[in-house]
Amino acid sequence: MLTWVALLALALFSGATFFAARGKALAAVGGRPIGLHSLPGYYGGYVALWVAVPAALILLLAAGFGGSLEAGLLRSSESSALQALDAQQRDVFYNDAVTLSQGGQPSETVYEGPQKQALADAVSKAKHLRSQITYGALAAAIALALAGVAFAYPKIRPDFRARNQVETWIAGLFILCSVTAVLTTIGIVGSLVWESWRFFQSVSPVDFLFGMEWNPQIAMRSDQYASSGAFGAVPLFIGTFLIMIIAMMVAAPVGLFSAIYLSEYASPLARSVVKPLLEILAGVPTVVYGFFAALTVGPLFREFFNGIGGLLIGSGLDGLGQYLSQVQNQMALVAGAVMGVMLIPFVSSLSDDIINAVPQSLRDGSLAMGATRSETVKKVVLPAALPGIMAALLLAVSRAVGETMIVTMAAGLQAKATINPLDTVTTVTVQIVTLLTGDQEFDSPKTLAAFGLGLTLFLVTLILNIIALRIVQKYREQYD
Amino acid sequence: MTQNRDEALDPVVGTAVPGDQIKIRARDINVFYGAKQALFDVSLDVAEKSVTALIGPSGCGKSTFLRCINRMNDTIAGARVQGRIELDGEDVNDRGIDPVVLRARVGMVFQKPNPFPKTIYENVAYGPRIHGIATTKAELDAIVEKSLKRAGLWAEVSDRLQQPGTGLSGGQQQRLVIARAIAVSPEVILMDEPCSALDPIATARIEELIDELRNQYCIVIVTHSMAQAARVSQRTAFFHMGKLVEAGDTGDIFTNPRDSRTQDYITGRFG
Amino acid sequence: MTDAPMSTSATLRQTVEARLKVRHAQERRFRAYGLAAIFVALAFLTVLLGRIVSQGYTTFLEYSLTVPVYVDPARVDRTDISGANFDLLIADQVLGRLGIKDDDFGTQSSKMMDILSNDLGFQLLQKVKANPSLIGKTVSVTGPVRADGALYYKGEIKKSTPEDERKLDNTQLQWLDKMKSMGMVSSGFNTGFLTKSDSTEPEQAGVWGAIVGSTMMLIVTALLAVPIGVLAATYLEEFAAKNRWTDIIEVNINNLAAVPSIVYGLLGLAVFINWLHVPRSSPLLGGLVLALMALPTVIIATRSALKAVPPSIREAALGVGASKTQTVFHHVLPLAMPGVMTGAILSMAHALGETAPLLMIGMVSFVPGVPEGFTGAATVLPVQVFIWENASERAFHERTAGAIMVLLVFMIVMNLAAILLRRRFERRW
Repeated sequence: MLTWVALLALALFSGATFFAARGKALAAVGGRPIGLHSLPGYYGGYVALWVAVPAALILLLAAGFGGSLEAGLLRSSESSALQALDAQQRDVFYNDAVTLSQGGQPSETVYEGPQKQALADAVSKAKHLRSQITYGALAAAIALALAGVAFAYPKIRPDFRARNQVETWIAGLFILCSVTAVLTTIGIVGSLVWESWRFFQSVSPVDFLFGMEWNPQIAMRSDQYASSGAFGAVPLFIGTFLIMIIAMMVAAPVGLFSAIYLSEYASPLARSVVKPLLEILAGVPTVVYGFFAALTVGPLFREFFNGIGGLLIGSGLDGLGQYLSQVQNQMALVAGAVMGVMLIPFVSSLSDDIINAVPQSLRDGSLAMGATRSETVKKVVLPAALPGIMAALLLAVSRAVGETMIVTMAAGLQAKATINPLDTVTTVTVQIVTLLTGDQEFDSPKTLAAFGLGLTLFLVTLILNIIALRIVQKYREQYD
Repeated sequence: MTQNRDEALDPVVGTAVPGDQIKIRARDINVFYGAKQALFDVSLDVAEKSVTALIGPSGCGKSTFLRCINRMNDTIAGARVQGRIELDGEDVNDRGIDPVVLRARVGMVFQKPNPFPKTIYENVAYGPRIHGIATTKAELDAIVEKSLKRAGLWAEVSDRLQQPGTGLSGGQQQRLVIARAIAVSPEVILMDEPCSALDPIATARIEELIDELRNQYCIVIVTHSMAQAARVSQRTAFFHMGKLVEAGDTGDIFTNPRDSRTQDYITGRFG
Repeated sequence: MTDAPMSTSATLRQTVEARLKVRHAQERRFRAYGLAAIFVALAFLTVLLGRIVSQGYTTFLEYSLTVPVYVDPARVDRTDISGANFDLLIADQVLGRLGIKDDDFGTQSSKMMDILSNDLGFQLLQKVKANPSLIGKTVSVTGPVRADGALYYKGEIKKSTPEDERKLDNTQLQWLDKMKSMGMVSSGFNTGFLTKSDSTEPEQAGVWGAIVGSTMMLIVTALLAVPIGVLAATYLEEFAAKNRWTDIIEVNINNLAAVPSIVYGLLGLAVFINWLHVPRSSPLLGGLVLALMALPTVIIATRSALKAVPPSIREAALGVGASKTQTVFHHVLPLAMPGVMTGAILSMAHALGETAPLLMIGMVSFVPGVPEGFTGAATVLPVQVFIWENASERAFHERTAGAIMVLLVFMIVMNLAAILLRRRFERRW
C-alpha cells in the first residue's frame, strides 16, 4: 500500500519537475523554442527521468524483494532455543513469526517455554526489520529523487543536448526489454539444471536415462527413494515416442497434402475459406482436444476394438479377439490420433509457407515442359521444398513431444515399455504433471524428478528446434 | 485456311507469310486478366523454321501473346483467352487438345534461367521422363547428349552431368534450359526475353544458338532489345498497348516501318 | 497445307498421347488426396465443435424447482436457526405435496434430498435468518433441481437403463415426473452457470470465478508481454547493430518460441514460487509465467510487422531531420501498429487457452469464489475445464463442455478481433 502511495507521489513529483525543466528551458530562450537544441519536452523529460527512474526502482525492489531480505535477516542470528527443531520445523517457526508480525493467522504449532519467548522476540524483530526495510527504501527513494533534480536540473541550458540524453534512456529501456528474452532462457536453463542436479544427487543419471522401471511412488518412502530402477525413464521415453509417431502418422500426410492442395490447386476463394478454418483448428486450446480425446474418441475407439474383438472371439484369431475385447479407453492410439489432428494445421501452415517459397519460375518451367500439376509438384516442387518440409515436420515432432494436456487427459499413467498402440502408455509430460500436482514437499526426489524430466524434454525439443531452424534458414537463403 | 482470311488482316501488317509456311496462325486474340484486358484483337501468322521476334515497350502484351501459344495463361488464375490460335491448323484452345501434349510440342524458355534443383542430367532428362519418350537408360543418355550438344553446352558439362544444374553460370543455365526444352523434340520454341538476365558474352552465345536452331524449329522470341530482334529474327511483330501494330520481314520493319508508332519505338523515342 | 509434321515428331506425339490416360489418372488421384486431406481436417473440426456443443448446450438449460415451504416452528428453533435442517424440512414438504408418507427412518426424505439441490435449503436458511418472523409462515423458495435430476429431465439418464446402473432409482424418477407434471419445475436459461463460481455440487457450479481469474491473469500477461515484446522487437529490428550479441538474442527468441509450455511452468515453479515467493495459484503468478511464454511470439509478430513497413518511410523521416528514435516512434511504429496489435491479440488468445504451465504452479486447486485480488488463489477457464473433466460425476461432463463453449466464445471473439483489425488496416505498399 505504502509502495503504491509512494509511487504515485513520485509520479506527481517527476511530472512537476517535467514542467519546471521545460519552463526553464523555454525561459532561457525567451519562449522561442527555435533557440533550443531539442524540443522543449525533451528538457522536461530528461529531468523527469532522472527523478523518477532510480527512485521507482528502489521502491519496486523493496516491494519485490523486501520479504526475502526480511526473512534472510531474521534467520541471520538464530536463538539457541531453536536448536531442538529440525530444518522443516524451523521454516514453520519463521513463517509463523513473519505471519504474526503482519497480524495474520499462524500455523497450529504450539511453542512452549524458551521457544515461545524466541517466537515473541522473532516477531518483534520481524516488525522492526520490516519497518527498517520499508522506511529505508522510502528514504532512499526520496533522496534519489532529490539527487536526480539536483543533478539534472542545473544542466538545462539552450545548447544542452536533451534529446540525445533522453534517447540514451530510451535505448537503455530497449536493451533491457530485449535482454528479458535472454533472461528467460537463463532462468529456464538455470532452474532446470539446478533442480536436476539436486535430483541426480540421489538418482544416478545413468539409472534415470537407461533404467527400465518407472515407479516414483516407491520413492515416497524416505529410506528407499534412491533404490535403483524406480526412476528409470526409458518407459516414458518409449511412450512419448510412440504417441509422437502416431501423431505424426496422422499430421504429416494430412497436413502436407492439405498444404499442397491449398497452394497448388485451390482457387483463391477456396483458400480464403479453408485457411481461416484451419486457423480455428490451430486456435482450439489443447485442453479442449484433451476433453475430446478422453470423452469422445477414447470410448469410440474402445467400442470399435471391443466390437472387432467380440467378432474374433472363438474364431481362428481367438487370442487377438480376447485382447481386443479388453482394450481400454486410455490407449496410445487415442492420444496420438487426437494429437495428430491438433498438429494438422501446424504442419499445413508451415508447409504452405515452405511450398510457396519455391519460385513460381520452377513451376512454370515444369508446366511448360508439358508436365501435369501433380508431376510438377512431385518431381519439382516437393524435391525443392524437401529440406523446408523436413524442418516443418521436425518442429511438429518437437510440438508433439512437448504437448501436455492431450496426453494428460487421454493417455494413461502406467509406465509401460511397449510399442503397442492399443496399450496404455505414459509420457514425459504426463509424469511431470503427475509429479507436481498434488501436495509434495519441494525437495523430495519425486518432485525433483519432474525437473530431470523437464530438462530432458527441454534439451530434446531445443535440439530439434535448432536443427529445424537451421534448415529453414539455409532453405530461405537458397531462394532469396 | 484460304488466302482470303490472310488478306483480312489489318492493313498495316506487312508482307504476309506464304500460306504453306504458316506454323502458327493467330486470329482475333483477346486476353483478359480479371477485368483488365491485356490483348486486343491480335492476329498474326508465324512461319515455320524461322525466328519471329515480338518487340514493344513493357506491358504491351507481347509476353501475354507468347503464353497463349502454349496455353501457359491457363495457369494464371483469372486469365481468359478469346480467339483462335492454330498450330498446324489445329486450334490449341480446342477441347480435344490436351495442354500436356501441346506443351510437349511447344517448348518454352523463360526470362530468368530456371533449371530445376536437380543434376544437369536430370534437368535435360525431365521432359523425356515425364512423357515416357525414352524407354531405356541408353536411349535417355542419347537424348541428353544430343540435346546438350544441340544447345552448345555438351563440351562444357559432359564431365559433370551429375552436378546440380543450379551451379552453372547464368548463360550456361539458360542453355541448359534450352537443352531441356529441345529434349522432347518440340516443333515450336517460345522464348520470353531469354537474354535479359545475361551478360553480353552469354547473350551472344544464346543468339548464335538461336540462329542454329532455326533450321529445325519454329522460334518465337520476345525481346526488349531491338538490336537483338534485328540480329536473330527473320520476321518481327511490333506490339503496343495490347495491340499488334505492325508485323513483317525484320528488314522492312527496321528500315521502312509503316506505322509512326513503330518508327518512334525503333528510333528510341519511347519504350 | 504442309500439315504433315516430320515423322519423328509424329511418333513422339503418339508416345506422349499413349501415356496421357495414365498420367491424367495420376493427376486426378493426387488431387483427390489433397481434397481428402482438407476434408479430413475440416471434418475433424466439425466433429470436434459439434461434439462439444452437443454435449455442452444442455448446461445452459436449467431446471428449477419452486416450492412453498411452511417454516414449521416445531422444527426451526428461533434461538438456533442455523441448527435447523432446512434441507430435510424442504424434502418433507415436497414429499407432502406429492402425497407421499415417509417411514420412521426417513428413507423417503433422504431419497428426496438426493434430487433437490441443497441450494434450496441454503436460500431458506438465509431468508429465515434475515427475517426470523418468517418462522411459522409459508415461504416460497426457488432453486435448481439436483444435477442428476436435471440429467433425467434432459434425457441423459433414461428410464430404460436398468435401475441398478443409474444413479436415481425408479421412485425418484417417478417423483421427478410428478413434480414436473404438477408444475413445480420450470426450465429456463441457466444464468447461474455464468454468474456462479466453482462448487462441489454440479448444479451450483459456474464459470464466473474462472472468467474473472482468466481476465485478471490476461491483464497481467498483456501488461508485461506486450510492451516488453514490442520494445524488444523494435530495438532488434530498428536499432540494434547486427553483431554476435543480437544474433544470440535472435536465435534465443526463435528457440524460446518453440519451448514446450510445460517447461515455462517448471520455470515458474522454481523461480517465481520457490525463489521469489510469488503466491501460488495467483493470477499474478499465472500472468508472469504466461507473459514469459507469450513474449517470443509477440516479439516475432512485431518484427514481421516492422519489416513490412517499407524503408522509404524511414528514409523520408530521417531525410527531414528526425532522429532515429523519432522516426521509429512517430512513423514506423504507428504504421506497424495494426500488425503488432493483431499479433498481440493472437498471442493473448493463445495464452488464454494455455493450461499445462498453470498446472505446475498450483492452479489446480478448488477455488469456490472469485479471486481476491491479483495475489489471491484463482482458477482460470482452461484449468476449470481440466478440473471438471477429472470429476467423477456425470453432470460435470456436461459442465465441462459448457465451460469449453464459454472458453471458445472468448477465443473466437479475440480471433475475430484480430482478423477484423488485420482486414481494417491491411495496407499494401
